[in-house]
Amino acid sequence: MVELVAMSPCAGILPKSVGGVTLMEVDLGRMTSIAPFAGQQAAFSQIMRDAHGVDFPAPNSTAQSDATRVLWFGRGMALLVGVSPDARLAQYAALTDQTDGWAAVSITGDRIEDILARLVPVDLRSSAFAQGQTCRTLVGHMTASITRTDKDAFLILVFRSMATTLVDELHEAMEAVAARG
Amino acid sequence: MRIDGKGLVDRKTPIRFQFDGVGHTGFAGDTVASALLAKGQRLMARSFKYHRPRGVMTAGSEEPNALVTVGQGATQDPNLRATTLELYDGLEVRSQNAWPSLAFDAMAINDFAWPFIGAGFYYKTFMWPKSFWEKLYEPMIRKAAGLGGLGGEAVAETYEKAFAFCDVLVIGAGPAGLMAALTAARSGADVILADEDSLPGGRLNAESYSVDGVAGSDWAAAVVSELRAMPNVRVMTRTTVTGAYDQGTFGALERWPGAPQDGIPRETFWRIVARRSILAAGALERQIAFPNNDRPGIMTAGAVRAYLNRWGVAAGKRVAVFGNNDDAHRTALDLSSAGVEVVGVIDARTDAPKDLGGIPVFASATVQDTSGRLGLREVVINYGRGIKRLQVDCLAVSGGWNPTVHLTCHMNGRPTWRDDIASFVPTDGAIPGMKVAGACAGSFSTLGCLREGAAAAIEVLKELGIRPKKTDVPEAEDAPYRIEALWAVPGVGRAWLDFQNDVSVKDIKQAAKENFRSVEHMKRYTTQGMATDQGKNSNVLALAVLADATGRGIPETGTTTFRPPFAPVSIAAMGAGGQGMGFAPRRYTTSHAASVARGAPMIEAGLWYRPSYFPEEGETTWREACDREVNMVRRSVGISDVSTLGKIDIQGPDAGAFLDFVYTNTFSTLKVGRVRYGLMLREDGTVMDDGTTARLADQHFLMTTTTAAAGAVMQHLEFVHQALRPDLDVRFTSVTEQWAQFAVAGPDSRALLDGLLDAPLSDAEWPFMACGDVKVCGVTGRLFRISFSGEHANEIAVPARYGASLFDVLVNRAEEMGGGAYGMEALNVLRIEKGHLTHAEIHGTPTAFDIGFAGMISEKKDCIGKTMAARPGLVDENRAQLVGLKPVAAEQMLTAGAHIFERGAPARREYDEGYVTSVAHSPTFGHSIGLGFLKRGQTRHGETVRVVDALRNSEILAEVCAPVFLDPKGDRVRG
Repeated sequence: MVELVAMSPCAGILPKSVGGVTLMEVDLGRMTSIAPFAGQQAAFSQIMRDAHGVDFPAPNSTAQSDATRVLWFGRGMALLVGVSPDARLAQYAALTDQTDGWAAVSITGDRIEDILARLVPVDLRSSAFAQGQTCRTLVGHMTASITRTDKDAFLILVFRSMATTLVDELHEAMEAVAARG
Repeated sequence: MRIDGKGLVDRKTPIRFQFDGVGHTGFAGDTVASALLAKGQRLMARSFKYHRPRGVMTAGSEEPNALVTVGQGATQDPNLRATTLELYDGLEVRSQNAWPSLAFDAMAINDFAWPFIGAGFYYKTFMWPKSFWEKLYEPMIRKAAGLGGLGGEAVAETYEKAFAFCDVLVIGAGPAGLMAALTAARSGADVILADEDSLPGGRLNAESYSVDGVAGSDWAAAVVSELRAMPNVRVMTRTTVTGAYDQGTFGALERWPGAPQDGIPRETFWRIVARRSILAAGALERQIAFPNNDRPGIMTAGAVRAYLNRWGVAAGKRVAVFGNNDDAHRTALDLSSAGVEVVGVIDARTDAPKDLGGIPVFASATVQDTSGRLGLREVVINYGRGIKRLQVDCLAVSGGWNPTVHLTCHMNGRPTWRDDIASFVPTDGAIPGMKVAGACAGSFSTLGCLREGAAAAIEVLKELGIRPKKTDVPEAEDAPYRIEALWAVPGVGRAWLDFQNDVSVKDIKQAAKENFRSVEHMKRYTTQGMATDQGKNSNVLALAVLADATGRGIPETGTTTFRPPFAPVSIAAMGAGGQGMGFAPRRYTTSHAASVARGAPMIEAGLWYRPSYFPEEGETTWREACDREVNMVRRSVGISDVSTLGKIDIQGPDAGAFLDFVYTNTFSTLKVGRVRYGLMLREDGTVMDDGTTARLADQHFLMTTTTAAAGAVMQHLEFVHQALRPDLDVRFTSVTEQWAQFAVAGPDSRALLDGLLDAPLSDAEWPFMACGDVKVCGVTGRLFRISFSGEHANEIAVPARYGASLFDVLVNRAEEMGGGAYGMEALNVLRIEKGHLTHAEIHGTPTAFDIGFAGMISEKKDCIGKTMAARPGLVDENRAQLVGLKPVAAEQMLTAGAHIFERGAPARREYDEGYVTSVAHSPTFGHSIGLGFLKRGQTRHGETVRVVDALRNSEILAEVCAPVFLDPKGDRVRG
C-alpha cells in the first residue's frame, strides 16, 4: 500500500531570522471552525466550557485552557485550536475541519510591531492590542487572522495557498526594518 | 558665501557632491541649494516654457525653480527640490530642462518669442490640421516644455508603505507644533509629531529670535530631545503630511536620507490614523509681481534669512530688500549684523518704519525692473522722488505670508479671507477633529505661535478625555505683523507669478479679457498653479490679479481647489509592495512544485497558478502537448489538480432551503451522498455562476464554484444570508484551502483509483453524481463521481497536507496506464467538446434562457433572480443564444472574439448577430470547434454563417450546431 506523505504549508521556506526577529511555522494541531446555530449559543457554550474549558470568544478576543485555544474568527465564528471538538458540539454548531486550510506562522522579537506596521492596517501596538487579542485583517493584500500571543510575539494565519507570499512579504518587511538599525 | 560663526551646519563634516558634473563641497546639514549658494552659484535651473535662467527662490518644499534630477535609468528621480535635497557623499545632481548646458540653453530662444506664446497660445495655434496634433505638435511641444524626465525603466530602489496610529497627530514642528506636541505628550497622549524638514524647529531655525532666553534653535532642539525620550511620542522628521482623508486618516511621505543603500527604502508612504490632529504647518512667504522678478538672486526674504541663520550662507554680497511688511525689515537687520552689505530696504508702504540702524529705507517705493540675464546685477526702484538704480546681486522680497491652509481644504473646505493680514486662513471645522495653530492660523509672532500650540493641545486633550498637564509657554518675541497688501507692480516687462509654469500678470489679464473669469477656468487656461509646487508660491497672487482684472474682491474670486498631495509623492512610494509579483498574492496548489518540475508553464487563474500543459520530450508546440493530453483523457486516464475551484461548506437546519433560494434548481430534495449541478443567478436575473453541490449529510452540503468566482460567490452568499434571508438558520465557510482535489478522468479512472482505495468502486455504489467518504492510501478523503471532461471521471479530495503526495501517486499510476497529468489547455478543449460552460460563456450578460437552461429555473419555488429573469426582454426569442460552431472547411480555424453574420449579410455592425466565446482545436473530431452566442441560435442549427474576426483580419464560413459536440446523451460519464 502506498503511503501519503504529509507536508506542512511552509515546508522548506521557514524558519527565517533577521536582526533578532524570527519567523517560524507553527503546528497548531487540529483546527476547527465553529459557528453556533441560531439560538444555540448558551447550550453550545456550556459544552465548550465542560469539554474544552473555554468560552466562545467575544469579537477580537481569544480564550485558552492548557493546549486548547479558541480564536474569534469572524462574524459568529471562532476557531478551535489544538484539540478535536467534542462530538456533542455538532448538534449546536457548524463544525468544519480547517486543520489543513491555513498557514500558521509566529513572528517573535523586539521590533515586530514596526515590521507588521508595514503590512497590516490595524493598530497592533500593545496599548491597543494586548496579549490575547485577535483580529481578522489584511497582511498586504492577503486576508489574515492575527493574534498577539505574547509581549513580543504574534500568531499569523493566512490561506495555505498564500504561504509563499506571506513569507516573502514578512521577510521583506523584516529586512527593511532591520536595515535601518 | 559662508559667514563664519553663523548657521547650524556641521563645519567639521565636509561632504563632496557634484552639480552638473562639477565637484563641490558642502557640510553635514546642508541642502544642495544651501551648498550651491555658499559657492556663489545662483543659477540652478531653466524655466518650464521660456527656458529663462532661474535660481533658488525659497528654502523649503515649496521651491518652484531649483528642481534637479538625481540618479540614472532605473534609479532616476526627477524634479527633486534642491532646497530639501540633503547632501550625502557622492551625490550627483543634474539640472533639468536645459540643453546643451544650464548657462547656455538653446531653447531659451522661446524667451524671445514671448509676445506670441502667452496664455492660450497652444490652444489657439495648433488647431489645424487635426491630425498634426498627435503626430507633430504635441511631441514637439512636449520636447521643448517640461520638467525632469523619468528614467524609462522600472524603479530599482525599494519603497515601502506603512501604517501608524496615535491620539494626536501634530503636523509641523515649528514653535506652535513643538509646543502642542510637548503639551499633549506631557499629558500622556500618544503623539506623532511630523515635520517635512530634516531638522525640527521650523522658523526657529531660520530666524535670529530667542525663546526662553536661549536661541530659538536651541530651545527647539531641547524640546525635540525631550519628546524623543518619551515612550508615547514618535518624532518623524523628513515626513510631509500630504493629505487629510476621512475618519482621521492622513497620508504622509517619509524620506530616508543619505545614499541609496541595499535594504533601506528611499521613501515610506504612511497612512496615519489619528484621533485628533493639530495643524501647525506654518506659512509660506509670497512674492510680489514686478517686471523681471525672476532673475537668479531674487528670493523670498524669509529664505534669505533662513540661508543666513540656519546654513550660515549669505545669498549675496550686496543685498536689497523689497517688501510691504515689517518682517522684511528683519532680513536687512540680520544680514547687516552678519556683515553683509545691505544697500537698502524698498518698502511699498507709505508708513514704512524709517529707522533701521543706518540702512537706507525707501518708503512708498517699488522695484520697477531688474537686469542681469544669468544672475541679478541691478534693480531699478521708484521711490516717489524718481528712479534709482541699485547694483545688487541679491534681492530679498516679501509680499507677506500665506498660512499653509492646504490640508484643511482636502475635504472640500474653503479657506476664509482675512483683510488684516491680507491672506486666507483655515476655516474652523473644515477637517473633523483638527485644530489649527500658529502661523498656519494667521498668528505670526513667535509667542503667538507658542501660545496657540499649547491651547490647541489642551483643547484636543479635553476632547479625548485626557487631563492636560500644565505646560508653561516660554517667553518669546510678540511683534505685531504689519502689512499693506501689494500684489503686482505695473510696468513694461513680464511680472512673473507662477515661476514653474512661466505664468505672468499679463497672462492672467489676458485670460480675464477672454472671459475666463472663474478662478478654475483661469487656472486651466493659463496653467497657473500646476506642476510640482501646485501654486504654493503664486496662487494667492494670481487670484488677487484676477480679482483686480475682473473688478471683484479676493474673497468673491475665491481659490482653486486644494487637493492632495501637499508636496509631490513618488508613484513608487504609493505603489510600494505592489510592483511585479507584489501586485497580488500568489496562490499555489499543493501540486505546484511538481507541475513546475515537470516543465509546465504556469498561468494565472484568479490568484491561482495552474499548469497550462505538461510538455514531453520532442513536443515543440503547446498544441502538440494539449492534443496528446486530450487524447490521453479520452482513451486512458488523466490527472488534473482541481483544488482551485471554490469549495464552500454549508451546514445548518435550513441549509437545503438556503440553497433552494440561491440556486435556480432545487437542492433540498437531493439525496445524501449525491451531487447536483446548480445554476446561480444574480439579482438582475443574469447568470452569476454554476457548479456542483454535494449533500454530505442531512444538514451538510458542499458547494463548488468556478475558480475565479469563488470570492464573489462567497460574498453573494453572505449578502443573501445577512440581508435577505437572516431567518434561515445556516452557516457556511470556505474549505477551498482545506482540501486538495484531483480529477481522475478517462475510461481508466476507476481502474486507477481501485488500486489506491480501501474498497473498489462499483457503479451500484458509486453511480454518476455520487459522493462520499473514502479511504485513499489510508487517509480519509472524499470522492465525487463528477465529470467536466465528458468522460467517466472521479474527483478525489484529501486534506491539503497530503495533496503533493497524492498528486505524485496519481500521476505515476496514470503514466503506468498510458495516461498522465493534463493542464488547463487540455481541460478547456475537453469541456468545449462536451459543451460545458465557463465564464467565457457566462460572462455577465447571458441569462439562463440564453444558455438553454431556462428549464433549470424551478417553477415550484422562488430564487434569487427568478422574477427579473422573467422580464420580457430577457426571454425574447431574438436574444443571442448559445450555439456550437464548426468550420465548413475542416482545416480552417475558428477564433474567439469573432463576430457572426448571416451568410449573405455584410460584415457591418448593424448586421451583427452574435459572437464566438470559446474555440479549440478538437483532436477528438480533427477540426476546430467553438461555442458562441447567435440570435435565435437554438433554431438555426445547420445554417451556414459568416464568422468575421476584425481584430485578426480573418473570415471563415461556419456551420451552426448544438453546443454539445461529444456524447450528447452522456453515455460515457455514466459508463
